[in-house]
Parts: sequence; structure tokens; C-alpha cells
Amino acid sequence: MAIIERHAPGTTVVPALTPAPPAITPTRTFGALRRPVTTTGWKSWLFTVDHKKLGLMYGATALFFFIVGGLEAVLIRLQLAAPEGKVLNADLYNQMFTMHATTMVFLFVMPMAAGFANYFLPLQIGARDVAFPRINAFGFWCLLAGGIVVNLAWFLGGAADGGWFMYAPNSGPVFSPSRGVDFWVFGLQIAGIASLSGSINLIVTVLNMRAPGMTLMKMPAFTWMITVVQFLLLFAIPVITVALFLLGFQRMFGAQFFNVAAGADPLLWQHLFWIFGHPEVYILILPSFGIVSEVLPVFSRKPLFGYPFVVFSGAAIGFVGWGVWAHHMFASGLGPVSVAVFSVATMAIAVPTGVKIINWTLTMWGGKLVFTTAMKFAIGLVVLFTIGGLSGVTHSVAPSDTQQTDTYYIVAHFHYVLFGGAIFGIFSGFYYWWPKVFGKMLNERLGSWNFWLMVIGMNLTFGPMHILGLQGQPRRMYQWTDARAGEGFFNIAFWNLVASIGSLILTVGVLFFLINIVVTARNKTRAPLDPWNARSLEWMTSSPPKEHNFDSIPHIHHLDEFFHRKYEEDPATHTMREVATAEEVLAELERNADAHIHMPSPSYWPLVAAAGLPIITLGLIYSIPVAVVGGLVVLYAVYGWALEPSVAPASDFDPTENGASGNGHAVGASHG
Amino acid sequence: MAETATAQPATAHDAHGAHVTSTGLSNVKLGMWLFLGSDCLLFGGLISTYMLYRGRVANGPTPEQVYDIPFTSVSSFVLLMSSLTMVLAVSAAHKRDDRGTNLWLTITALLGTTFVGGQVYEFTAFYNEGLGFTTSLFGSSFYTLTGFHGAHVTVGIIMLLALVAINKRSRVPGSKSETVEMIGLYWHFVDIVWIIIFTLVYLIPV
Repeated sequence: MAIIERHAPGTTVVPALTPAPPAITPTRTFGALRRPVTTTGWKSWLFTVDHKKLGLMYGATALFFFIVGGLEAVLIRLQLAAPEGKVLNADLYNQMFTMHATTMVFLFVMPMAAGFANYFLPLQIGARDVAFPRINAFGFWCLLAGGIVVNLAWFLGGAADGGWFMYAPNSGPVFSPSRGVDFWVFGLQIAGIASLSGSINLIVTVLNMRAPGMTLMKMPAFTWMITVVQFLLLFAIPVITVALFLLGFQRMFGAQFFNVAAGADPLLWQHLFWIFGHPEVYILILPSFGIVSEVLPVFSRKPLFGYPFVVFSGAAIGFVGWGVWAHHMFASGLGPVSVAVFSVATMAIAVPTGVKIINWTLTMWGGKLVFTTAMKFAIGLVVLFTIGGLSGVTHSVAPSDTQQTDTYYIVAHFHYVLFGGAIFGIFSGFYYWWPKVFGKMLNERLGSWNFWLMVIGMNLTFGPMHILGLQGQPRRMYQWTDARAGEGFFNIAFWNLVASIGSLILTVGVLFFLINIVVTARNKTRAPLDPWNARSLEWMTSSPPKEHNFDSIPHIHHLDEFFHRKYEEDPATHTMREVATAEEVLAELERNADAHIHMPSPSYWPLVAAAGLPIITLGLIYSIPVAVVGGLVVLYAVYGWALEPSVAPASDFDPTENGASGNGHAVGASHG
Repeated sequence: MAETATAQPATAHDAHGAHVTSTGLSNVKLGMWLFLGSDCLLFGGLISTYMLYRGRVANGPTPEQVYDIPFTSVSSFVLLMSSLTMVLAVSAAHKRDDRGTNLWLTITALLGTTFVGGQVYEFTAFYNEGLGFTTSLFGSSFYTLTGFHGAHVTVGIIMLLALVAINKRSRVPGSKSETVEMIGLYWHFVDIVWIIIFTLVYLIPV
């Protein structure tokens, strides 16, 4: 909560739990509401501004949407398993593939990465919270509101059905008369607020709140990759915001933007969407690149090979990622010059990605590999992403791409990079950080099942799609006929069946993960403090970390600071020898503990402000007066927010506390 | 930042914790710069859309037929002058001159309101001349671009007046001068965007 009382230095039981924080008595009312004070129960989650709690909330929400999106995918595969599929009708099939992609991209991978970033980025840079804790909470509630709005359409006349890139004019009022696209537009707009506010928050956190001595080139690779992602979000989100506004205005108010009859250019939407959409691809994959850059060194017992190259290639991907968007539009008649330029840029972006693959491989080279589940998923990413990357390079060859456009070959490619890449990285992160977050190890035996079923399932599902695509099976067709299935090895009936069986194996694999969560939650055994012999700063905390993260803010001297506190080089043999255990390192921090740590205080306002947004949405779709009410709710919340200091004033704390004299150390939290 | 200062009387240790950031810029200022950087892309997208569509007038009026350059020049001048008064407000806030701050903030808001009023008048005039939001691609993109800018100015006016009201009751949380400065940053940004819009939309012929 707002204050954590530490007694005089010298009390050093590790990992000691902090005594319950003293009562906070709000002395002032802000707007109509007094500051929330509950420290336990559901209220402590609802009004929290703690980056770890919010990280968990992001994670839980994303996991829920992963299951939703996964079930949508299974329905798609069931429909396509046999000729003349009858599971879904054409209309429902359109909604299904649109919502599958929308859910997986915007409601699973992005928020899951946001969850990891929220939880671990402050820990990795030695901070006690993010720069703007209340904006952080606002971001989470916006994401949840956006996810609900997008999915609400299922129950109110059918979900969006224009494909996840929602090409206009197809998504305009003439060709998509259902309300689904409206919900989609507004839902993504709200989720975009989450991404934009989150990006500003995390960039400021990284730039401003690093522990003393942590220069940019001493930051863990995960933090670096997340930082690159936040810059991509910062500049990509406003572009899709424009696109969504234009489409929304056309659908709501009859604007002409995509009305070809009035002379509109149908490529406008494509350009706006893909200027956002291609950076978005790296927004999805770079967090996972960051995760495996943490996992591979730990389980290879070696430092990350070529750390600066990993960092700068990540940044290079971030830059070049802005110059390749039109490779999504090779078939749209851009003209030879544009096609050539974007073709070359697309080939060029394979280089920094290849640099990363080489760095990971050489990190493992000659290392003492430990094949934990986290490591297996990380290696899985390296292999599967490489396959997906190579098929990606084939798209950069424009003539070949023209042949592949809108076929299952594309579907195969992006599932190798997104499932084999982004999702395997995320699962690697689950297994690696679970003991840090929950203090318990995920079961490794179930983890092994989880991993192998997912690898087999994923290759069976998406591998055959290369063949299907090259045989000309178009994506987004709701049925195929046996009469035109072809013969022999290239019989698409056979490969469609294989892909569908693969998707069921994949489902079982994911089920093992869910079972693992339950089994682990019931298990009473606590995880050791440093189960993996880890290297970076987030492990220099108790598991789970205390509310204020660090008892005293560590001074950083090395990349892999935690490792260097545990090990020193023996000058005689040039080998590393252990000089301290993790427990001893932690005890050292606790001995120097700050006496008074002022943490940002919980607040109602982020939740109230975010709750106003779906009301505005429903109002815009159904009845304008409701939208006005929603707007007033937001305005009211903004005023309460502006008047409320982010850290409760001194008068709110227990008056007996001797606040002025201690070794105070406040979080650099601001108006956030 | 600033709240932590109120939460904790300044001590020698305080400088070590709350006030020193790795870059030396305060979190709020850095965050505001990032937001404005992001907002550039928003206007970038809208301006691009307008530039693409400005010649596509269908049966409606063309830009040359509706634009009243002298009128818009005057209202642009009013908006630019509001940047000057905003600077004076920031300067007064740095001198801890509450009366001066409130005065200049109010004048800034009034100048901003004059500009928005001019825009409303202009929109009405254009509408009467036959250029509706749905008339043509030119109409849709013109109203969307300038409307978004007008909305930005309006939000700025609300922030200015709210700040005056809060300031009068001494309820500004954190550093007052920094809060004024942040609203100033936003205000100047909106002005600069208008310079670009005025040049590209009004002055350069199709």
C-alpha cells in the first residue's frame, strides 16, 4: 500500500515478510470518493496501482482470451477437416477467423507481453514501480474494456467479419451492415489507449527510473526488447487510431473516406493499416525475443553471446520495421518502384533477425545446457521461428509473393513466427518466471508433455499449410470440395485432415499447461529462492517479490548484476567461483533496508475513467445520450484523478510514524 | 515526483530518492514529450488523408471556392498569440506569481476560445456554401482534420480553465509551475500543428 514500514536495520531474516502496513486514514475527499485503503481481498485488486498486481491481471486476462481465441481456431479447423464442412456456416466462419486473429493479436499476445513487461521491467531495472502507476492501472482496465467490447458483438447481432485487417471498403456500411465492425472499431480504439498509455509509461520508467549504475547497456536484454516494443507502439498506435476513426466516421456519420463511388482510394485503408500493422508484427515477436534472451543464457550457464548485437539488432528491427509495410500489399498494384523498394527492405530486415538467431545459437554453443521446460520452449522458438523466418523471406520476393498472396502459405508463415515464435517465447517465460511470481515451480513432467505436444501439434497443424497454400488453397474460404482436392502427395484433403488433427493435439498440449497451473497451485512445496541460478536483477528479490520490490535499491556494476554478486572470477584459473548464495545476496540488501518506503497509493479513478469508455461506445452505437453520460463519467474521473496526489499525503499516514527522519526512499511516481 | 515531496518533507536523503531521475528530466515532462511525439503521427495520418483527398470534390465546392484566407489568417494569428500568453503564464508560475499565472492562463483560454469560435463560424459558413461532412471526400477529410485540431484546442481550453479553478483553491497536486509548463507544452504543440495545417490546407493551392 502506500507506505511500508521497515524497522531499524539489522533485522535480517530472509525472506522475511513485511509486517502489515500501518493503517492509512484518508484525510481528504477527492471528488466524491475517499481514497481506497483496503489491502486485502478483491478490492485490493480492483483499485491497485501496483505494477506486479497489474502484471498478473494482464496475464490472467490474456490467458483467458488465449483460450477463447484457441477455441475459435479449433472450430475453424473442424470446419476445414473434411470437404463441405458443416460445423459453421459461411457467415459464422467469417466471424470466427476474424475474431480468432483479433483475439490472438490484440487480446492475447499484446496484453501477455504487457503483463510480462509490467511485472518484470521495473524489477529488472531495480525500480519500485513504474513512472505512472495510476496510468498503468488505467491501461489495464482499458484493455479489459476493449476486449469486452470487441467480444460483446457475439451476443449483439454477430461479431466482426471482415478479417483482422478489416480492409475497407469491404468493412464499410454497404458490405458489412452488421454491428460487428462497429464493436470491433471501438473495442480496438479502447484497447489502443491501453497500448499507448502503457508505452509512454514504460519508456519513461526505463529512461528515468533505473537503479544507480544501471546504464542502458547494462539493462537486461528483455528490458531492452520491451523498450523497443514500446517505441513501436508509441508511433504505430496513432496510425491505426486514425484508420479506425476514419472507418468509424464512415460507418457512424456517413463520411466518404472509403466510398469508392465518391472517388475514394481503396488503398488508403491498406496503407494506414499496414503502417501500423507491420510494426505490430514486431510488437508481437520482440517481447518473446527478449524472454528467450534471458532464458537461453541461464540454462546454457553462459552469458548472452554478443549482448550489444542482440540489443542493436533489436533496435534495428524497430527502425527497419517501419519501412516494409507495403510487402503486405504486393498484389494491390503499387507499381514496380514501390514493390522493388519494399522488397529489398523486407530482405534487409531478415539480417538483424538472423543476427539474433546466431547470437542465441552461439549462447548455447559449448554451454552446459540444462533442458528445463523453459529452455525447451526457448530452443523451440529458435528453431520454429527460423522456419517461419525463412518462409517470410520467400514473401519478400515479390513475384513469388504474388503467387502466395491470400493462400494458406501465408497462414503457415505467420503461424510459424507467431505461434512458434511469440507463443513459444511466452510459454518459456511462464516456466522460467513462475517461481518468481508465485513462489512455486511449475511441474516439469507436465511441462514436458506440454512442450512436446505443442511442438508436435503446431508442426502438424501449420506445416501442411505450406503445401496447401502452394497448391492454391485460399485462406478464408469456408469450404473446400473433394472434387478439386488433387491427387497423390498434394491431395489437399489429406493435408487438411492432418492440420485439423494437429490442432487437436495442440489443444491437448495447452490443456496440459492449464492442468499444470492447477497442480502447481495445489502443491504446497515452495520454490527455492533462485531455482535456475539466474543472472538478472528480478531474481534479487524474494519470491514473490515484496510490495516494494527491493528492501534497498541495489547499485549496479555489471550486466547480469545478480550473477556477479554470486560469482567472482578466480584470477588463477579464470573460472567463476561462487562467493555468495542468493540468500546471502538478499540478506545484504535487507541489512541496508530503507526505513521508510512511500509507495503510490491505490485509486478508484483509473477504473472509473476506463469504465466510462465502453459506455461511450454503446452510446455511439445505440443512442447518443448514453454516450454523453459515458463522457461525463470519464470527465468526472479525470477531475478526481487530477486532484488526487499519486502518493497519499503525509497526513494520511499513521501520525505516530516518524516520517521526517528516516532513510526515506520514495518511488519516483508522478502525477500518473 | 512532486507528490513524494509533499508526502515527505525534504531531507538530505530525499534528493537521492525522489528527485533524481536517470535522465534528469522529470517523469511528467518526459511522458508529455512522448505523448506529443505520438500525437504527431495522429496528425500525420489525418494530414496525409486530407492531402490525398483534397482535390476530390465530387459535385461539391472546391477548396478555393470555400476558403476565406484573410479570415482564417486572423484566427490563426489569434491562436499564435495565445502561445505568447501561455509563455507569460509559465513565466509567472516560475516566479510563483499566482495572480499573474491565473491571469495569463485565462487570457490564453480566451484567445483559444476565440480561435475555436472562428472555426465554428467557418464550419457554418462552409456548410451554408454547400460543403457538408458527407458531401465529398474533400469535405469529409477537411472536417475531420480541422475538427481533430479543434478538439485538441478545446481540450486545451478545458485544461487551462480547470487549472485556473484548481489553482484558485490551491488544490494543484505537486509542482504548480511544472503543471502549468506541461499544459503549456501541449498548447504550443497544438499551435505548431495549426501552423502546418494552415500552410498545407489553406495556403498551398491544390
